[in-house]
Amino acid sequence: MSRTPLDTVEHAAATPDVELPWAELGLKKDEYERVVEILGRRPTGAELAMYSVMWSEHCSYKSSKVHLRQFGEKAPQSDALLVGIGENAGVVDVGQGYAVTFKVESHNHPSYVEPYQGAATGVGGIVRDIIAMGARPVAVVDPLRFGAADHPDTKRVLPGVVAGIGGYGNCLGLPNIGGEVVFDACYQGNPLVNAGAIGVMRHEDIHLAKASGAGNKVILYGARTGGDGIGGASILASETFDDAKPSKRPAVQVGDPFQEKLLIECTLEAFQEKLVVGIQDLGAAGLSCATSELASNGSGGMRVTLDDVPLRDSTLSPEEILMSESQERMCAVVEPEKVDRFLEICDKWDVIATVIGEVTDGDRLEIYWHGGKIVDVDPRTVAHDGPVYERPYARPSWQDELQADDANKLPRPTSGAELKDQVLKLVASPNQASKSWITSQYDHFVQGNTVLAQPEDSGMIRIDEESGLGVAIATDGNGRYAKLDPYTGAQLALAEAYRNVATTGAKPLAVSDCLNFGSPEDPAVMWQFAEAIRGLADACQQLGTPVTGGNVSLYNQTGEAAIHPTPVVAVLGVIDDVARRTPVAFQEEGQLLYLLGDTREEFGGSAWSQVIHDHLGGLPPKVDLERERLLGEILISASRDGMIDSAHDLSDGGLIQAVVESALLGGKGARLIVPDGLDAFTLLFSESAGRAVVAVPRSEEVRFNDMCGARGLPATRIGVVDGDTVELQGEFEVPLTDLRTAHEGTIPALLA
Amino acid sequence: MARVVVDVMLKPEILDPQGQAVQRALPRLGFDGISDVRQGKRFELEVDGPVDEAALARIHDLAESFLANTVIEDFTVKVEEVAEAAK
Amino acid sequence: MTARIGVVTFPGSLDDRDTQRAIRLAGAEPVALWHKDKDLHQVDAVVLCGGFSYGDYLRAGAIARFSPVMEPLLEQAKAGLPVLGICNGFQILTEAHLLPGTMLRNDHLHFICRDQKLRVENAETAWTTDYSAGQEIHIPLKNNDGQYVADAYTLDKLEAEGRVAFRYLDFNPNGSQRDIAGITNEAGNVVGLMPHPEHAVEPLIGSGRTDGLPFFTSILKKLVNA
Repeated sequence: MSRTPLDTVEHAAATPDVELPWAELGLKKDEYERVVEILGRRPTGAELAMYSVMWSEHCSYKSSKVHLRQFGEKAPQSDALLVGIGENAGVVDVGQGYAVTFKVESHNHPSYVEPYQGAATGVGGIVRDIIAMGARPVAVVDPLRFGAADHPDTKRVLPGVVAGIGGYGNCLGLPNIGGEVVFDACYQGNPLVNAGAIGVMRHEDIHLAKASGAGNKVILYGARTGGDGIGGASILASETFDDAKPSKRPAVQVGDPFQEKLLIECTLEAFQEKLVVGIQDLGAAGLSCATSELASNGSGGMRVTLDDVPLRDSTLSPEEILMSESQERMCAVVEPEKVDRFLEICDKWDVIATVIGEVTDGDRLEIYWHGGKIVDVDPRTVAHDGPVYERPYARPSWQDELQADDANKLPRPTSGAELKDQVLKLVASPNQASKSWITSQYDHFVQGNTVLAQPEDSGMIRIDEESGLGVAIATDGNGRYAKLDPYTGAQLALAEAYRNVATTGAKPLAVSDCLNFGSPEDPAVMWQFAEAIRGLADACQQLGTPVTGGNVSLYNQTGEAAIHPTPVVAVLGVIDDVARRTPVAFQEEGQLLYLLGDTREEFGGSAWSQVIHDHLGGLPPKVDLERERLLGEILISASRDGMIDSAHDLSDGGLIQAVVESALLGGKGARLIVPDGLDAFTLLFSESAGRAVVAVPRSEEVRFNDMCGARGLPATRIGVVDGDTVELQGEFEVPLTDLRTAHEGTIPALLA
Repeated sequence: MARVVVDVMLKPEILDPQGQAVQRALPRLGFDGISDVRQGKRFELEVDGPVDEAALARIHDLAESFLANTVIEDFTVKVEEVAEAAK
Repeated sequence: MTARIGVVTFPGSLDDRDTQRAIRLAGAEPVALWHKDKDLHQVDAVVLCGGFSYGDYLRAGAIARFSPVMEPLLEQAKAGLPVLGICNGFQILTEAHLLPGTMLRNDHLHFICRDQKLRVENAETAWTTDYSAGQEIHIPLKNNDGQYVADAYTLDKLEAEGRVAFRYLDFNPNGSQRDIAGITNEAGNVVGLMPHPEHAVEPLIGSGRTDGLPFFTSILKKLVNA
């Protein structure tokens, strides 16, 4: 094999005029010139690979950074925040010495290309983020969005995604406790597969991604490195070597949940024995990312010998090894005297582990291959000093017209029979229908700590068996609202997730987000993005729930057609004793139903406008964050003091959707009356925010009313839990069996 | 009647966790000297009528669009002579 | 004195800690066993718990069945050691031929997780004496390969000998023949079932029922009274 000389640092310095394929690797001309300026010479092929992948949109957040700063600048004072934005995942103090880490990420495009593996590796990635903080993963959640429910491609993508999430998460032994499934034609070709995970640890076990202490060893462990996800680097390889033709590189990465399960157990065992100084998972940008981030966050430099990386494919070039995104790998920094024990633990779990380098006392990241130095960079320039763009943004010209198309003017039902007909249509519509066909493919029992799982308002996990301390998580996002008004839409997403957590009795503490948008190169999309972040940051400040981390997914569009702006917000809450949790299901006949909050004629972006009129226009519901906070406090107090036996947040679909869900889950009906000042239609279908419906035992009615009255929260008695029908007095009555058929039949009919 | 066999295998560059797990178990069971295992699927299609070029082309389409996920899998189509019950 | 009940962890086992908790809640002492162990540490009984040992690659339970710990386990089970196989543990027991039949992929081809109604058919095994025959219970079920199959002769024999220990009620979640959810060996010391009793031992948690606890109190009583 006749290879051209290895492109070492020396060689690069000596051959300044060699043309490198920077454009093919996705770098802009000025970005490449900056690399040359930083290094004072042309980069080697390996260096170029690292810079190009680390400076990509995905890794550098170059389009979003200027806006994301608001999450830090406007961050509310919170004693709960132990680790904030910038680490693998944020960490929150939940009391009793426990810390909880959680994060939501996207795996959108891979899940469109190969739904099963794309979704599976999405779960794998987020779980490794959680382990890398030092925590044991305890649950996952999956907010999903697909094209129209009856589109043929949805039938390809959805079952694959669901099976992939289940196949991976179930095999890892992580209960899947929440998430959403939303259908909308705007996600056709751009499904959103977001994955969230929660982990629990003791305060003293928090680990960070940093390489400190000269002489400490860098250990790569987990799966062997293959040619996964290296796309562009193959170009580099083929240009660097004459005839060492690179083997075919996989277009799709296959997840190995068994390997990941072993990785979890061996990592946690190493943590337990305090063997780990710093740790980083290998995700996007693989070793390039792990080595440059570990080194730049630590006190020294790092030296790595790439020849020591265990390979699945021996034909890989050094550039490809650096860029490979092979799954189920982690990188740990370990003191020399503890290396043997670390390797022993890996061996116990049949995990391949190899020392590939060490921390140095310099400030350079140096990487060697076949004896030559192929990378010599300041790791901060790779990991943190990427380009930052102030992309132009402008309110789209169509926004006014969209908002003027008022949903409140749509024709409304005029009779009880018509109301009933629309109720049945609503609860059977794909977005409002039961998702149990999907969620029953996820294990929600494993680990034996699941207190609540979907379709509850939030998932809840016990974290201490003695005290009953637990955490709750809810994810929400309404792209329709955000399309009408991205600022308000983002706030509504937060408000709903916050409310969902409080509805189950937990106190909301912190936020993670997954911001799914179209192309940042489109000023209209960029405006949506900027507005959504501004809205979310303002709302987090007001509610006192800091953003602890998250993920941005851009370019979710096909041609000119972008998805609805879809900020998905996850709120984490804590509950002192899970025995006090409030479920959705009606518990006992005779209990009184109270509607909390104010109901206004708000139908813009509503489920009713979509299902009955296929309409999207007007303004989304108003946001009143002080009201959300008050409602939350009342729900938490009522749960703690045993004043309510069930509660359900009101969101898309309005009151009737909530009542039907509570009735079907509890197997008990409800008799409703229209309270003074409202009409039947508005009562049933309005989507005013800041509301919940609760079931109050008669013995608690006075106490509950007094509490709401004293705190100034409107509480209106709207009916009673009773019988086996849902009845709106004087208007209509529907048997639960009919509602069940409508609500539970839709998804299996479309997808099974 | 003839039998057409479609073998579907993960593309060589795609990770095969199943084959890998089997391969790693082999030494423990005393089977040495096997350096790699890859697991695939075999479909046996009983075809009515002659297996001519047109039929094979149809089966090829079937394999490509249905039996294999060509994003991650390769397939081969071969005709297997069935020991037909002599008449 | 109390009983010491071993719980084997294979690579990919998931419910080992949950099973230990259930044993503790029942009042017995859980003992962690490792798949590479060559002896059973003098435990009085063993649970093979649920999970995806070796990723369920090849066949569910097929690789775990050859783990070192299985050698003493097979030997002692044949001599009367009580063994309970839950889900993946059941699959391992059938792969090891301690119990007849095998599990195929669910007939609907999906993983299924639900609170499943069962009827206790045999309340005389080592693991079921705290139930009464014919008792209806709810136990969480979660699996991908839960369709119990055996040849007609074996099925008839199981029925005739009263060795069908549990049957699915109201809904057959995976296509199991004759609605079989769990079986026992002839001696009644080895029991395997697909549903997960260890996930039904605490109010509020999981299904919110405690219908699974009698598995663990049954064996405790048997061992302590022995």
